[in-house]
Amino acid sequence: MDNKIVKTHREPFFHVVKRDDMPWWKAWSIRAATIVIAFFLVGFLSMAVTERGFGETYEIMFSGVFGRIFDGRTTMLWKYLQEIAILLCLALALTPAFKMKFWNCGAEGQALVGGLASIICMIELGPKLPYPILILVIAVTSILAGAIWGVIPAIFKAIFNTNETLFTLMMNYIATQIIAYYVYIKGGGSNVINPVEYGNFPTVGNNKYFVNIVIVVLITVVMYIYLKYSKQGYEISVVGESQNTARYIGINVKKVIIRTMVISGALCGVAGMLLVAGTDHSININSVGGQGFTAILMSWLGQFNPFIMVVMTAIVVFLRIGVAKVADTALLNSSFSEIMVGLVILMLVGCEFFINYSIKFKHNKKEGNA
Amino acid sequence: MIIQFICRAILLGVPLLYGSTGEIVTEKSGHLNLGIPGIMYVGAISGVVGSFLYENSCGNDIANMNPVLAVLIPLLCAIAGATLMGLIYSFLTVTLHANQNVTGLALTTLGIGLGNFLGASLINITKSELPSIALTKTSSFFSAKLPFADDLGWFGELFLSHDFLTYTAIIIALVVSFVLNRTRVGLNLRSVGENPATADAAGINVVKYRYLATCIGSAIAGLGGLQYVMAYASGVWSNNAFGDRGWMAIALVIFALWKPSMAIVGSFVFGALCNANNYIQGLGTETQELFKMLPYVVTIVVLIITSMRKKREHQPPASLGINYFREER
Repeated sequence: MDNKIVKTHREPFFHVVKRDDMPWWKAWSIRAATIVIAFFLVGFLSMAVTERGFGETYEIMFSGVFGRIFDGRTTMLWKYLQEIAILLCLALALTPAFKMKFWNCGAEGQALVGGLASIICMIELGPKLPYPILILVIAVTSILAGAIWGVIPAIFKAIFNTNETLFTLMMNYIATQIIAYYVYIKGGGSNVINPVEYGNFPTVGNNKYFVNIVIVVLITVVMYIYLKYSKQGYEISVVGESQNTARYIGINVKKVIIRTMVISGALCGVAGMLLVAGTDHSININSVGGQGFTAILMSWLGQFNPFIMVVMTAIVVFLRIGVAKVADTALLNSSFSEIMVGLVILMLVGCEFFINYSIKFKHNKKEGNA
Repeated sequence: MIIQFICRAILLGVPLLYGSTGEIVTEKSGHLNLGIPGIMYVGAISGVVGSFLYENSCGNDIANMNPVLAVLIPLLCAIAGATLMGLIYSFLTVTLHANQNVTGLALTTLGIGLGNFLGASLINITKSELPSIALTKTSSFFSAKLPFADDLGWFGELFLSHDFLTYTAIIIALVVSFVLNRTRVGLNLRSVGENPATADAAGINVVKYRYLATCIGSAIAGLGGLQYVMAYASGVWSNNAFGDRGWMAIALVIFALWKPSMAIVGSFVFGALCNANNYIQGLGTETQELFKMLPYVVTIVVLIITSMRKKREHQPPASLGINYFREER
């Protein structure tokens, strides 16, 4: 009898157990190993597609990112740092919201309206105001525009618990259409606004990216301190962990949600300003170019820690530029780099499983059952 | 004019209907799949690759092509490609317990990249001067109308003149609606999405249901991509032309309050809203751009109203977006 029962209840071969805290060095060596594997996988896939050798592929990838000449004045390295800065700025902007478990998928739109505010100031007020005041006005309006765009979904979330993922997502497209409208008016139907000469950020030794990078470095440090050491940062993490706990200890949850989204939207507005006033001096519907979505992934992969986010964005931007270069030089479409970025992120997302869970194989229990 | 407007709205709405029906199936199991835009891209490009290979193997003569194969090959390719993407998503979220939003967004990046890369590669192969590839022959099979549609005047045009994937979309939505609300499988699926722990205790295989719901949902969504290329764009693939329809499909799920039968109406309303700017007299191009935001504004309004009314049957599945781990109940 006993034997029969044991046979009909076939136990699974293994089962999954949640791990307690893994030592940080172990967790990070798993992540590092994943990145290394991903890096080689990207290399091999690029080699397969471009039919190049191993050394050549990586040489092109690295020279595409760190190479010498770019538009005659700056090196590629500065361009690389600039791209990191923009993506990082968006990721940092999203982090307080995510830590609060508020899925702000609207970085794209919030940055776009920030950029729109900048370009409107540059075009309309540019000839009228002295330079320092103009820059000040640009900064204030961009930050305000981004904050307003971010706070609208937050208010509805706080009052009616409206789903913020989709609300912020829809706000992106509304922003896109407003930009399309504005560009059409100002571009005279050509879908292009010529670079505006007023209100550009100052260049440092011919380097137009320097100011952007410094601003983002400052934001990184401030955000780290804000999240880790300020009272507001603590409130954000309590609300993220459990709204009931937050209410119990006397935190005004609605206020925290709205305040955090003002910060999140404002920083996205800063990113838009850096793109428009600091880089392109113009705007179009693709100015942010989907980076608002990549930033969501960056913020999450960075474990809400601004300094880890720096590393993650550096890796992803490296892949984006480097692989695009590899594909370009082989006359292939540079979307290949998007595939690789998606692949690497999926691998990194997957590897978290081995950090948070462990697999327990079933031991031979025959003696025990008998 | 009005008939034409409605027909156009239906044509525009069908990809959204596929996408949102697929997403409803997935969301009913408790998984918010934000990878749908990428999955629809992959469905579209898989179908394009399939029919491209078949057209090339047949040479230039349209008479060589077997209509059944010409339809079946892209169809199966689209389903296979989209299902594969769904499988990746469900492996990561169900088996590896990865964050659903992050996985979905990464999948969208991957899918759009894949679509544009393969599309550009095909354009390279054909050495075409335009940045697009035209599969007009395959498309002619896809958009074949019923033979007697033209004889029946406005009635024929309104109800009988569409391509077969349009009818398939409506049938799939109705079938999904029936299965969800009237069968045991549907009941099980809904319980998995509402409270997986209870479902598990009742002996329902949560993992199996979530895998199947995600993969079937992805396959349905993939067909939406195919319909867009073959029927709406008359077989012309150009990069990024599919645009943000995937996100609209996800928005439509909310608009339809997680009911596939509502999604049929909703998708046609969305199609009409997307298209309204072309039919209102005396709009400048710049105002048209503003009009294009209509579907998004309407979605937001619906979102707010449903959250304000808090009706129980209008709420998303209770465990939407939360992974189920048996030992953490």
